Amino acid sequence: MSDRIFGGIVLTVSLLMMWATTLIEESFIQDPLGPKAFPLVIAGVMAVSAVVMFFKPDSEPEWPGLHKLLELVATVGVFIAYAQILPIAGFVVATIFATAFLVWRLGGAPRQSIVGGITIAVGIYLVFHFMLGLNLAKGPWGF
Amino acid sequence: MDSLNHLADGFAIALTWQNLLLAFVGCFLGTLIGALPGLGPSNGVAILIPVVFSMGLGATPALILLTSVYYGAMYGGRISSILLNIPGDEPALMTTLDGYPMARQGKAGEALAISGIASFVGAFFATWGLVFLAPQLVDVALLFGPAEYFAMFTLAFATLGGVTSSNQAKAAFAAAIGLSLAFVGVDGQTGVPRFTGGNVHFYDGIDFLIAIVGMFALSEVLVFIEERGKAHSHSTQPVTELGRVIPPWSMVKQTSGAMGRGTVLGFIAGVLPGAGASLGSFLAYTLEKKWLGKKGHFGKGDPRGVAAPEAGNNAAAGGALVPMLALGVPGSGTTAVLLAMLLSLDITPGPLLFTNNPDVVWGLIAALFIGNIMLLLLNIPMVGLFTRVLRIPPYYLMPAVAMISFIGIYALTNSTFDLMLMIGFGVLGWVLRKLSIPMVPVILGVLLGELMEKNLRRALTISDGDMSILYGSPLAVGFLTVAVAGFVAPIFMSRYVNFKKLKAEAHNDGTSD
Repeated sequence: MSDRIFGGIVLTVSLLMMWATTLIEESFIQDPLGPKAFPLVIAGVMAVSAVVMFFKPDSEPEWPGLHKLLELVATVGVFIAYAQILPIAGFVVATIFATAFLVWRLGGAPRQSIVGGITIAVGIYLVFHFMLGLNLAKGPWGF
Repeated sequence: MDSLNHLADGFAIALTWQNLLLAFVGCFLGTLIGALPGLGPSNGVAILIPVVFSMGLGATPALILLTSVYYGAMYGGRISSILLNIPGDEPALMTTLDGYPMARQGKAGEALAISGIASFVGAFFATWGLVFLAPQLVDVALLFGPAEYFAMFTLAFATLGGVTSSNQAKAAFAAAIGLSLAFVGVDGQTGVPRFTGGNVHFYDGIDFLIAIVGMFALSEVLVFIEERGKAHSHSTQPVTELGRVIPPWSMVKQTSGAMGRGTVLGFIAGVLPGAGASLGSFLAYTLEKKWLGKKGHFGKGDPRGVAAPEAGNNAAAGGALVPMLALGVPGSGTTAVLLAMLLSLDITPGPLLFTNNPDVVWGLIAALFIGNIMLLLLNIPMVGLFTRVLRIPPYYLMPAVAMISFIGIYALTNSTFDLMLMIGFGVLGWVLRKLSIPMVPVILGVLLGELMEKNLRRALTISDGDMSILYGSPLAVGFLTVAVAGFVAPIFMSRYVNFKKLKAEAHNDGTSD
């Protein structure tokens, strides 16, 4: 069933892609194939594979239950928040919170999460910033 | 012989303190990455690429580091296979079948040692194979025009679903997605923007690094969060008693045949595009079992059951480098990632690599020999060190992986948009894994899409729009035929071997190597 739904989605996407291809402007430099031809071919391949997937679905994968799904959504939310906050709060602070959350959700006790978060964040900072010279986000406190 | 002269030059390049140190770090990290379940060679290499870039390493040192990680992972995978009955990475799956029983019988140390020696033998001879085989392929270079390159890339895509792919429609779809992602950006030939939606961030196209790190590393974290607490997660008792660490000579002699046969099979499997280290270990184990027949007691702790797949997967890793370096066609998932790195360092693997950048190639091959010896030394006496690392709980490891992915990308681009894009790829990777859609063709599409289209259009410009140039030369026809065969073959092969069941047991999800 999932494969069927996915096949349907992919078919729609490939049709959208074909439509988007028609929006590509022509330029005065032209080669025999043009910028539109190959994308159209690939969109065609996508459509064909979507149809095949629709008619020959594989066995159903195990989708997570509601609880797990919410956890996954929360995790992605934390990732997004992390990406936004990184330039504002700086590397160490942002990473401590993100890592602590992840450790907690992955099975650590609350105390372990905080300790783990701090250790990993500071550890990464030391190794990557001082030893390897990478450019990590600078926060208002200089780290 | 020419090759040996080049190799000697390569050693001169590889034997600098910096390169030796990088090889050592790579071997150590690789063994660690391979040993830890949940991290495989492709993820590990993928996470390290942005780090390597930000450090500003040149082509040869970067390649030495990452390939050492690759080889190291082939050694490391066996550690958790033997001690925990969990394959450290997919190529190490076959090693669990006899390795864990050996460990339960108190022979864990011997299993680790034999597999270490087998890995060394496999990698050693495969690297010699690389030395002699790759330049032969290069002699064919002069016959390559744009039409031949296009046919070759088609071959790469057609076969990268892999010989073990169970659903070719999904493999085709994965390739189509990858290529579509490559179209985003300003077209190289005509200068018009394509699929950008007016967003300036997309004018430069989608950086493959973001796609790779997002789809390999972040999706792994999501999968982990999802699988935590599930019934099949790791309730086997870990073996902590190691016993003897140096194997008895009689056991080495007993397994030498298995090692030899495993090496040959693994190397051939690795050279085939689309088949990687997993196929190498699988073939080596199954055929060794058939070869020994009644004489072996596979499945109950036969040391040959450990030696064969380990020699196989290391040999396949070496073999996979042959098509990558000589033709620019990755032989496995991890070599696709390595290809990514080479392309971004402005080095085009392929027939001209040996002429244009001989120092990179031969320095790399020399470093592989050195790395192999380092790995043997690291793995036999120091295996206790790695087993201790295996006790780190995954709830510390996975967040660290996620954070390193983030900073790797951020250090390169300083762009929040790119981080968001990476998260998007992470979610996409999770969905694709759920639906058993292989991820390697997607990555390959992002990497090679531009080159493939460029060659197609160049070929047609040369022929003034005449399509017959695409199948004009025997080489092009040859590639296209193998491409068709390679695409169609898995559909037939799946009737003989039940790959699905094997893969399900190995937590495989399209990141195969």
